[in-house]
Amino acid sequence: MSFLSAFDLKGYGHLLLEGALISLLVGLSALVVALALGILGALARLSSSRALNAVGLAYTIVVRGIPELVLMLLVYYGGTVLLQYLLSLGGADARIDINAFMAGTLVLGFVYGAYATEIFRGAFLAIPKGQIEAAQAYGLSPAQVFFRIKLPQAWRLAIPGLGNLWLTLLKATSITSVIGMTELARQADLIKAPTKLPFTVFFVASLLYLAMTAVSDLLRQKIEARTALGFRRG
Amino acid sequence: MFAAFDIALIGESLPELARGLIITLQLTVLTVLGGLVLSVPLGILRNSPNRLIRGPIWAYTYFFRGTPMLIQLFLIYYGLAQFKAVRGSGLWPFLREGYWCCLLAFTLNTVAYTVEIIAGAIRNVPLADLEAARAIGMSKAMVMRRITLPIALRIFFPAYTNEVVFILQSTSLASLVTVLDLTGVARVIIARTFSPYELFITTGLIYLALTYLTLALFRRFEAWLYKHQRGHMAHGLEDVALR
Repeated sequence: MSFLSAFDLKGYGHLLLEGALISLLVGLSALVVALALGILGALARLSSSRALNAVGLAYTIVVRGIPELVLMLLVYYGGTVLLQYLLSLGGADARIDINAFMAGTLVLGFVYGAYATEIFRGAFLAIPKGQIEAAQAYGLSPAQVFFRIKLPQAWRLAIPGLGNLWLTLLKATSITSVIGMTELARQADLIKAPTKLPFTVFFVASLLYLAMTAVSDLLRQKIEARTALGFRRG
Repeated sequence: MFAAFDIALIGESLPELARGLIITLQLTVLTVLGGLVLSVPLGILRNSPNRLIRGPIWAYTYFFRGTPMLIQLFLIYYGLAQFKAVRGSGLWPFLREGYWCCLLAFTLNTVAYTVEIIAGAIRNVPLADLEAARAIGMSKAMVMRRITLPIALRIFFPAYTNEVVFILQSTSLASLVTVLDLTGVARVIIARTFSPYELFITTGLIYLALTYLTLALFRRFEAWLYKHQRGHMAHGLEDVALR
């Protein structure tokens, strides 16, 4: 009884659960963006074009060298200023609010896309060359080679790295609280004062994060075991 | 107001940003040092055959690696005030300050990751090396000191370089609890001038340079560690991996 009442938090507890759901949603949306950017980034890094190579490299270097928080604030506040300026050019004097969900999803997707780029690059490199040559010898087009030979295997090779990426990304969604996204960390921040139980509130929030990462970790192990079927060495 | 990218503003802001940079560096260096001092013994004990020793350390690293650093920081900064005993204690003048809460939160966080890196490095020391050392009569403590730790250090180092870069970047969270670190100073100037581009891009470039310097520094040290076996080194920023 007393254990469960800790989760009620004077009637505010349900807000944390709702926040956790939003955190998951932001995380999953950002994951989709990150995977798409990761595959594109890896293709750029591996292409024979020097320009594409440079773009891919610059992307991973810039993103890894700058804190997520700074990028988040730059896109959110910078984007607001930019849009207001563009509107004022058109004569409109509207107050602009950038959608926090969009901004949060895009920035997290952009940041983790850089890590995904390196994961996919490693995965594509690990595919034996002979297979590509065999596919070409059969007359498969470059697109067919990519979708039928490279991509299906790259997924399997990338799974361990991507599992790790998801765990880090899920925790990083807490940063979107600074741009007003009402996810778990923000909800906890909002109810710490009315409940007068700041420690309890943040501790319950941390347990919710822990539950999400623990379940994700179990799923990761399951998926890894499944994708490794038939490929176990020794 | 937006039309021109205000280069003059960047120049005017540099002295203030420099003060923020010093706080960022302080937080990073103190966290790294504090983290290392605590992580080495805990990392060794993490592999203990005794469950009563290994268990609590596992629980600690599991909690701190499974929750966001932001929440850990808020738990300490906002949370501790909930307890009368804390507010009445001699530590309260420190725990009331964002700066000390950051140091505490960042250290607790990095220790959790570093303990696992160290424990993993020790587990990966080749068994044959240990057996050889035991066979020539070294005591357990001597094997640890002369064989296990030096070999583990070389396994540990590349992963730890990564961790230090993470600490450096995570110190930006300090700006959320009123600390005027690099990011904090930038936010204060932006609130005054409303020019997010100039400030956040400048700040971002400073972090980028710091990250690269850190990597270069660690790479040199690593080159020294690996003098006898080349070709094991991390290369550059593109090698910064996930935690």
